[in-house]
Amino acid sequence: MKRWLPHPILSLVLALVWLLLVNELSIGQLVLGALLGLLLPLFTRRFWPDPLCIRRPATLARFVGLVLHDIIVANFQVARLILGRPEALQPAFIVVPLALKTDIAISLLANTICLTPGTLTAELAADRSHLLIHALNAPDPASVVDEIKTRYEAPLKEIFESC
Amino acid sequence: MNPATELLLSALILLGAVFTLIGSIGLARLRDFYTRLHGPTKASTLGVGSLLIASALYFSLTEPGISLHEVLVTLFLFITAPVSAHLLAKAALHLKLHSLARRPEQNNED
Repeated sequence: MKRWLPHPILSLVLALVWLLLVNELSIGQLVLGALLGLLLPLFTRRFWPDPLCIRRPATLARFVGLVLHDIIVANFQVARLILGRPEALQPAFIVVPLALKTDIAISLLANTICLTPGTLTAELAADRSHLLIHALNAPDPASVVDEIKTRYEAPLKEIFESC
Repeated sequence: MNPATELLLSALILLGAVFTLIGSIGLARLRDFYTRLHGPTKASTLGVGSLLIASALYFSLTEPGISLHEVLVTLFLFITAPVSAHLLAKAALHLKLHSLARRPEQNNED
């Protein structure tokens, strides 16, 4: 089982993406999707050294909802900032110390930061101790760090690092 | 299609167009490379997002079957947009581009 299906979640996602790509549900396409889901993880095995662990699907669902909500709110905020007075913006580089350890959790956090309110991930420290982010308008950098840690990092830690 | 759906679809398309426009305006109005990155990466996620929702609804309602291509476009967009923004920012830091914000100390530059 472990040998032929090293990453069951990846296989499932691949099969699903295939079905969405061809945009039809037939036996043939199902078989093709299953084949892709079986073979691709085998061929790219060295690219995924660690098995993926996902706990607490409820927290995961809540996290996805939270991020979608934040993206919408962020769009309105950024739109207002852009159409307002660009001279009044206070951009800043902010260091966010990381409590996450696994690759998948760190990259998800970095992507989430990039997708939400006026913040952008600029760099991950070589020793993974912190992320460097750029904020479009941050009069109070400490509150930005606080928000990222409680809103995004805490649920990610719970989901991906509790096993 | 009844008028209510048509109204909803038009609203979604207009919203999408407006946000995409605002993203582009951001490119022109903001004043350094790092702040300019924020315009297209943020304001366009909702812009493209609402256009895609409108497209999915339209093709599901007018043609047989439901159209789910758009889900995939959204997925790829949300995976690639932050990565490219991150790489651009990283490259800019490496090249020490002019920045309005105080630049961080370059202690872990590779």
